[in-house]
Amino acid sequence: MKRTFDTEEKIIVENNRISKDGVEWVINPYDEYAIEEGIKLREEFGGEVTVACIGPSEAEKELRTALAMGADKAILVEVDEDELQGDEHTTAQLLASLLKDRPFDIILAGNVSVDNGAGQVAPRVAELLDIPQVTTITHLTVDADQNKATVERDVEGDVEIVEISLPALFTAQQGLNEPRYPSLPGIMKAKKKPLESIQLGDLKLEQQDLAAKTEVVEVFLPPEKKAGRILEGELEDQVKELAHLLHSEAKVI
Amino acid sequence: MFIHLTEEQELIRKTVREFAEKEIAPVSEKLWEEQQFPYEIWAKAGELGLIGLPYPEKYNGGGGDWLSFVIVLEELARIDCAVANALMANSSAASLINHYGTEEQKEKYLKPILTGEKIGAIGLTEPNAGSDAAAIQTSAVLDGSEWVINGSKIFISNSDNEITGPVVIAAVTGTKENGRSEISNFIIPNGIEGFSYGRKLNKIGWRASSTGELFFDQVRVPQENLLGQRGAGLRQTLSTISTGRILIAAMGLGILQGSLDRSMAYMEERKAFGKPLTDLQALRFKVSDMATHTHAARLMIYHAASLRDAGKPFDKESSMAKLFATEKAMEAAHQAIQIHGGFGIMSEYAVSRAFGDAKVLEIVEGTSEIQREIISRLLFQ
Amino acid sequence: MYSNVLVLAEVKHGHVRNVTFETIAAARTISADGQITAALFGTDMNGYAEELIYHGADRVVLVPDAALNQYTTDGYRQALLQLIDERQPDAVLLGHTAQGRDLSPRIAARLNSGLISDVIEVKMSEGKPEFIRPIYSGKAFSRKRAKDGDGPLVVTVRPNNIPVLARDVSRQVDVQEIPVEIKDLRTVVREVIQKTSEGVDLSEARVIVAGGRGVKSADGFKPLQELADVLGGAVGASRGACDAGYCDYSLQIGQTGKVVTPDLYIACGISGAIQHLAGMSNSKVIVAINKDPEAEIFKVADYGIVGDLFEVVPLLIDEIKQMVH
Repeated sequence: MKRTFDTEEKIIVENNRISKDGVEWVINPYDEYAIEEGIKLREEFGGEVTVACIGPSEAEKELRTALAMGADKAILVEVDEDELQGDEHTTAQLLASLLKDRPFDIILAGNVSVDNGAGQVAPRVAELLDIPQVTTITHLTVDADQNKATVERDVEGDVEIVEISLPALFTAQQGLNEPRYPSLPGIMKAKKKPLESIQLGDLKLEQQDLAAKTEVVEVFLPPEKKAGRILEGELEDQVKELAHLLHSEAKVI
Repeated sequence: MFIHLTEEQELIRKTVREFAEKEIAPVSEKLWEEQQFPYEIWAKAGELGLIGLPYPEKYNGGGGDWLSFVIVLEELARIDCAVANALMANSSAASLINHYGTEEQKEKYLKPILTGEKIGAIGLTEPNAGSDAAAIQTSAVLDGSEWVINGSKIFISNSDNEITGPVVIAAVTGTKENGRSEISNFIIPNGIEGFSYGRKLNKIGWRASSTGELFFDQVRVPQENLLGQRGAGLRQTLSTISTGRILIAAMGLGILQGSLDRSMAYMEERKAFGKPLTDLQALRFKVSDMATHTHAARLMIYHAASLRDAGKPFDKESSMAKLFATEKAMEAAHQAIQIHGGFGIMSEYAVSRAFGDAKVLEIVEGTSEIQREIISRLLFQ
Repeated sequence: MYSNVLVLAEVKHGHVRNVTFETIAAARTISADGQITAALFGTDMNGYAEELIYHGADRVVLVPDAALNQYTTDGYRQALLQLIDERQPDAVLLGHTAQGRDLSPRIAARLNSGLISDVIEVKMSEGKPEFIRPIYSGKAFSRKRAKDGDGPLVVTVRPNNIPVLARDVSRQVDVQEIPVEIKDLRTVVREVIQKTSEGVDLSEARVIVAGGRGVKSADGFKPLQELADVLGGAVGASRGACDAGYCDYSLQIGQTGKVVTPDLYIACGISGAIQHLAGMSNSKVIVAINKDPEAEIFKVADYGIVGDLFEVVPLLIDEIKQMVH
């Protein structure tokens, strides 16, 4: 799970970076689908759902939300993002190192984060753990006896039906489920659920394992869009004018 | 003493806000238009644990605090006050049964109204007895092992719909030594013989809340449907009414916040005389007042609720909070429409629908005049 | 500068995908004098090699293994890793497509390499390749560079953003086959259900006609589809329309949903919530049709018509049909 800006937030760039002042944080919406799917699997098969997050200590709030939704445990690998200077490689190394000694049947993640939007971390983790994956899934059926799963995945609008052996990693696409609201009793119980905080030093990683493979040189906003033209006159004339403009001025048709 | 909300309470607010914006806001106008009770929303609110939040877990409640419940009502009323009222009126019935009911009564009548399966109602008001509750005329006469009830009730929230559970009503069971009526409370199951509803009441506010007129014609209930002690009816009702006032105040706060949010959003996007409405001082001052009143009302209400949670006296504080929050809500609803101009009159705009709701709040659970009476009585005692 | 760049080509519906040509163009920018090798996976792919060369590849390698006729993570992963081992490229470029998104992180992780995903612009700055990619779904951009990695840099290129190189049929066609060994596939694709109409994919569509809550019903999308057909485009939707059940979530454009950059985006009955704008505001030309003159969508539109989409769209269809004739 990653915490991200609320999708309603406007983006402000200050000193060549995105300003985090006064921002509303949420669970990355795609990760919310993953959490919901985990809880649903637990309801069907039993077992335990653990939500793991790499982030600052403030991410505890989003982890508590996941616990309130119904996850059983949470793990926060506390990092100072400014100090770490990492990229997707770094995050994947941290996660893989956290997960490799813990038992799991299924790893669920969002298919992409709505901030960085690279969609790298989950498949990277699957590779580092040497397990198979299916990304952008919209339906998951687990056959616990056969230790396999059948999934539907969204492939640019078409649907692929894939069989996969477990353990495996899946990334959630929109449509997988409808994440539940945390219930109020769930919120009150979340406080008592275990939230394990792990420091960077607790993971057996060398500095060189974590060094970023890419760097951001600049962060900038798109050019201000000029106000467009609202056409006037009779509707039919407006449509004629529009078709003409698209053809001769904008040259797109 | 209340200083700031806990992380849990903040998360409760966030959850209820999201629920209200996603599940209620899109249907709010339709509910208003059709004066339709929101069954689906009620069931979902039950699933989320909104309805029974401050009641014991033993009876399917959430075991939570009243301040959290205040936040629930505030956030619901910010979007739709009528939906909030369904929870509020249900809570009035729940409070009475929870405090004075026997174990059997709680099992049978309290549990289903804390989960959203049923909805509870409380019937005190009669055509000739509003603020003057001791003047009720509905009577209950013991006949063998049964009470026989005759009379009528009016303006009863949550009554007359498919999932109405028990209605807790007050009835005269005799005359006291001082000549006054002896009033007792009864749990009346919905749908029993002789218990009928009158015409549908059309209202200018709380339109999505089902408001019924109740008739009792030789209604027979077993002796064990008496709630608590005979003759304790008014005392029981009075003991829970301060809590009810905090909840009504919370709904006023919801209207205040909603009016403020909608006014600001409108002023930021709407232009007049070539500039945004936010440039007009006359309008800016209106939202300044709204924001200040919202803040003050919030402090008063949260303080009263935290006194309640701490087991301290809170009658005066709850009356003050109710008086202030509902009167300021009325003012804010009025100004929000003014800011919206012609659009503000249209029922598709939430500000217009909140107007009638705000008016209801100044009347129910003790009118503003009654609150002033109570406050002055407590000041001079 | 890179001297040896490998591009994984994609074929869909019997054509080399345009994004592959765009990726070759990107490869050329970071490797002006180097060699660009395009790889085609699967049997009977020989016929596509020519076009890859004409669009700027120096050499095409065929990996004619039947296990690669259908994309699987495991199969493509093994094949590409063996190919990289064989060719030793210093950069590997893929389209930022369903396939590229699924495969590239695994390749990068295995090779301990950096991966710059979803690139919309490539340029050289002081002799160093730089990659521009959207963040926050296009509300902002970041300019990235590779740091020293153990393996080749991996890059995925977003469709529809980088101009393809001029097609040059005089280029020497150089094709070679490289066998690979593929085993132990842990996933099996049982079935592929085609849902997209006419094979016009949203992420690659040159024209998108999108509907919002104003479309009012599933039927309301019909005129939009007709307009899209006339323009050779695809239909998209706002979250509002998807939430209301008017259409499938696979059509959703926005911060949760697809991010698109077509040449022409026609927004019908879409108010323009910030999440939606994030998904489409970088389109080249935006047309907004909405009844509400105050709708946010007009702020990003190049051309706007204030009116009922059910009146405007049919008129527009007629008008464009006439222009075509």
